[in-house]
Parts: sequence; structure tokens; C-alpha cells
Amino acid sequence: MTTILLRDRSQKKAKKAPLPWGGWSIRTAALSYLAIMLLIPLAVIFHDGLREGVGVLWTQVSRPAAWHALKLTLWTSLIMTLINTIMGLLTAFVLVRYRFPGKAILNGLVDLPLAIPTLVTGVMLVVLFGPQQALGAWLKDELGLSIIFAPPGIILALLFITFPFVVRAVQPVLINLDRDQERAAATLGASGWTIFWRIILPPLLLPLASGAILSFARAIGEFGAIVIVAGNIPLYSQTAAVYVLGEVESENRLGASAISLVMVSVAFGLMLVVDYLQKRASKTK
Amino acid sequence: MRKWFERILIGVVVAYVLALIVAPIVALIFGAFGEGLGLVFQSLSRPDVLESFVRTLWIGLLVVAIHLVFGTAVSWVIVRQRFPGRSLLNALIDMPFAVSPVVVGYMLLLLFGRNGLLAPLLEALNFRVAFAMPGMILATLFVTLPFMVRELVPVLENFNIQQEKAAATLGANGWQIFWRVTLPALRWGFIYGITLTFARALGEFGAILVIGGGIQGRTETATLYIYRALDEREYTGAYSAALVLGLVSFLLVMGTDFLRRKKKIEGETIT
Repeated sequence: MTTILLRDRSQKKAKKAPLPWGGWSIRTAALSYLAIMLLIPLAVIFHDGLREGVGVLWTQVSRPAAWHALKLTLWTSLIMTLINTIMGLLTAFVLVRYRFPGKAILNGLVDLPLAIPTLVTGVMLVVLFGPQQALGAWLKDELGLSIIFAPPGIILALLFITFPFVVRAVQPVLINLDRDQERAAATLGASGWTIFWRIILPPLLLPLASGAILSFARAIGEFGAIVIVAGNIPLYSQTAAVYVLGEVESENRLGASAISLVMVSVAFGLMLVVDYLQKRASKTK
Repeated sequence: MRKWFERILIGVVVAYVLALIVAPIVALIFGAFGEGLGLVFQSLSRPDVLESFVRTLWIGLLVVAIHLVFGTAVSWVIVRQRFPGRSLLNALIDMPFAVSPVVVGYMLLLLFGRNGLLAPLLEALNFRVAFAMPGMILATLFVTLPFMVRELVPVLENFNIQQEKAAATLGANGWQIFWRVTLPALRWGFIYGITLTFARALGEFGAILVIGGGIQGRTETATLYIYRALDEREYTGAYSAALVLGLVSFLLVMGTDFLRRKKKIEGETIT
């Protein structure tokens, strides 16, 4: 399943099919399918968001509830990305370099979030941390910490969902790393930290960045887990996706289109960056 | 000293995965069975719950069938053909990963809804898309679009075209070559693409909520039932359905993963 995230771009040369398969008809079918399924829906968002002009778009985006929802989405996603990058790197490192009992199970657990519907993830977190549950009540009474219906729940849900992205981006590069350089550095008297910063980390930066940005892009749009975990409290725990749902339900087309347009633009920009990073990574290989 | 450092790192990672991934799963299992096994079966065998699961199943099967045809065509075009805009297209395929499901549903509403761009046409044809199955299928198609393509493109790239040429030299026609040579070589790409597409389709929620409306008895799928049950404080029903849905997706994805690894160990070349 990780091939989705880590495409192999090593074989780039076009292979001409020698067979008269009706290449043109297949190409037309494929491209019209993509146009209908992808391009037209995306274009409609841009058309509708900009229909009343940039001024109206800005008024909708700068409404307090909308602005707060966008900011909340952004900062929870940023914190998640930071934690996920560090823990993802650490997990990949431990999985590649060390041997310990249960390693195969741990490796399998990394993919688990990809297999579980995000709505189910939300339900799981509510069962664990909900205010009526033992752990949730204890955290609230002893530490004054609310997780469910609050921003920490959003971050937890996002961490669960995006956990595989960084690990699976870094792991293959780390496996193929030449250990001789590290041995040479150690022989020359470099400390463990120096070896990590100067030799191990640099080649991992590109995959680390694409894994991190992919997590961030995925987090911006997340809905299923968040609507369960964070509820729908405007100006407190309402994220951009949940805000759009509210605007759609109250038939405020301008608001829904404006925030959707912002979200789609961010997603599109980030995916182009990921695409560029992956192309560069395959070139330096 | 090094040994201690190693143990600390392993401990940190294991603790993180246990707390983040394993604890919530265990909590859900206990949450569902907390009121006893009987109540779980009772809540799952209610007609509206069964109906919502059947609806989810149909959407999943239809989406897989459609992507099987068009996903193969798209992958083939990406790997074998060169045309202007191909690399942008390659980046576009991944867009559904990043676009919010709510926005996906809303896009379709703008096209097919009551005041949508295509509303006059749909009215003339007397065909409902929004708040009906066609809209929910379209939404799921959008969300699952990358899976088949991303599984097929690498296997197609690694597929040795000489085999096709050899078959052609030996007098096989285009269809024979496709069925006898190309398709078997791409088998694992297909199997994995199908499983991932199906698993993702089963779990789709946001897009289906917006375009389908979650009308009980008409457009309610398994995920929408879970959402309603939580809202109505029927916790055992919600937890049990969530457990079943999670378990099915888990078995599908992990089962295929296990099969693929086993094949690899047995030494069959994975193409």
C-alpha cells in the first residue's frame, strides 16, 4: 500500500507498445474519465468561489468563525506534522537499524491507520478519552486536560491517521544508506551525534520533507475523525472541513464555496510540492 | 552506553505506537463488548443497520468495478504514452488524497444539487444524483481514484515489454496478448488496487454525508449509521458497527499484505 505514497520513478523512459491496441481510444477514454471525475468538479469550486469576485471571497474567509476554523486547522496540522516528523523518523530508524522481539508486529502496526476508516478512528478516540470514560475523566479531573471536543483531540486524531506517511517515506531510503560512511566517520573520531547530523540525516531530508508535507496536506482536509472527536463548537473546536459542512447545511453557498476554494488551493499547492520533491529524490538516487 | 541508548529509543517508539495506535483499538473492542455479546448482535441485526451495511457493500463493489476498467486505462496511458500535460496529470491523480471529503461532496452538490449547474439537464431526464445512490457512487469514485492507478503504474513500469513482443512474434493477437501475457503479470497490482479501493470505499464518510444527506432508509451507509447512532446516544450500536467496519477493512488490507509477503518469501517474482 505504500507504493501510493512512494512511487518508483526510477524507470522513467517511455516504453512504446508495439501492438495495435487502439492506443488513441484508450487514451481518449482515460483522459475523459479523469476530466469528468477530477477536473470538472475541481473547476466548479474555483468557478463558484470566485463568481462574486475576490472581495466577497475575502469577506467570507474573514468572518470570525471561518477565520478561526482556518487558523485552528492550520495550527493543529502544524503541531501534528512536527510530532509526526520526529516520531516517524525515530520509528523508521528503530525499525531499520535495531533488532528486537516484536519488530515485525511493530512494522505491521505502522500500516494499520491506512486500513481503518477515519470515522472509526474518531469513534476509537472518543471511547478512550471521552469525558464519561475512565481515562478521559481522570485526565480532566487530575490534569484539567480535555481531549475530546477540544484541540488536543484533533491533534491526536491527525497523528493516528498520518502516522504511516513519514515512516514509510523514510524507511526505504534509510535501508539503502551506505553504512561505510558512518564507519569511516566513527574511525576518524566523530561522535554519535555528529554522525547522525552530518552523515545519516542529510540524505533523509528529501523523503522526510515529502512525508511531512503529505501528512500536512492530508490533515488539512480531514473530516471523519475530527467531526467525532472535536464536535462542532464554533470559535473553539470547529475545523475548516466541519465549518464547510455547517455552511452547506445552512445553505450559505458563498461561505461554503469560499472556504472550499481556500482548502482546495492549499491542497493543490502542497501536492505539487510533494510531486516536485519526489521527482528530485528519484533524480538524486 | 550504546546498548542503553538503543533500548531507550526502542522503548520510546514502542510506547508511542502502543499509546497512539493500539490503545484506541483496544478501547473500541472493550467499548463494543462492554454491555455484553448479546447486545452487540442485537444492535447489528436491526434491519436499518443491515440495510446500511448492504448499501455500503453495493457502493464498494460498483466503485471497484468502474475503477477496474478506467483505472487500468489511466495507468496504461500514464506509463505507455507521452503527451503534453502528462506530468501535471500525474500530480493531479493524487489530488483526492488531499482534498477534504466534505469539499468533494460539496463539489458534486454544486454540479448536481437542486440549484446545481446540471440541475436543468437532470430534471429533463428525471434523474436524481444528489441525495441518491448515483451521487454517493460519484463521491466514492472521486475519493478512491488514486488507489488503482498508484498500484498499477509501478507494476506496469516494471513489466517487461519484451514478453509482449515475443508473444506478438509468435502470432498472438492483441487480445490474446492482453489476457495471456499482460494481465497475469499485473496480477498483484490488480489485487492490491482492488483491496485498497474497496477498503477506502467502505470507510468513506464526509463526501457521502454531504451528497447523500444520510437519509435513513434511503441513503444511509454504514459510516452514516455510526454517525447517527452516536448522535442518538445508541453507543453500543455505534461502537459495534464501527468495530465491524474497522475489522473488515483491517482484514482486507492486512490479509492482502500478508499474502503478498508470503509470495515474496516463496520466491515468486513480484511484478
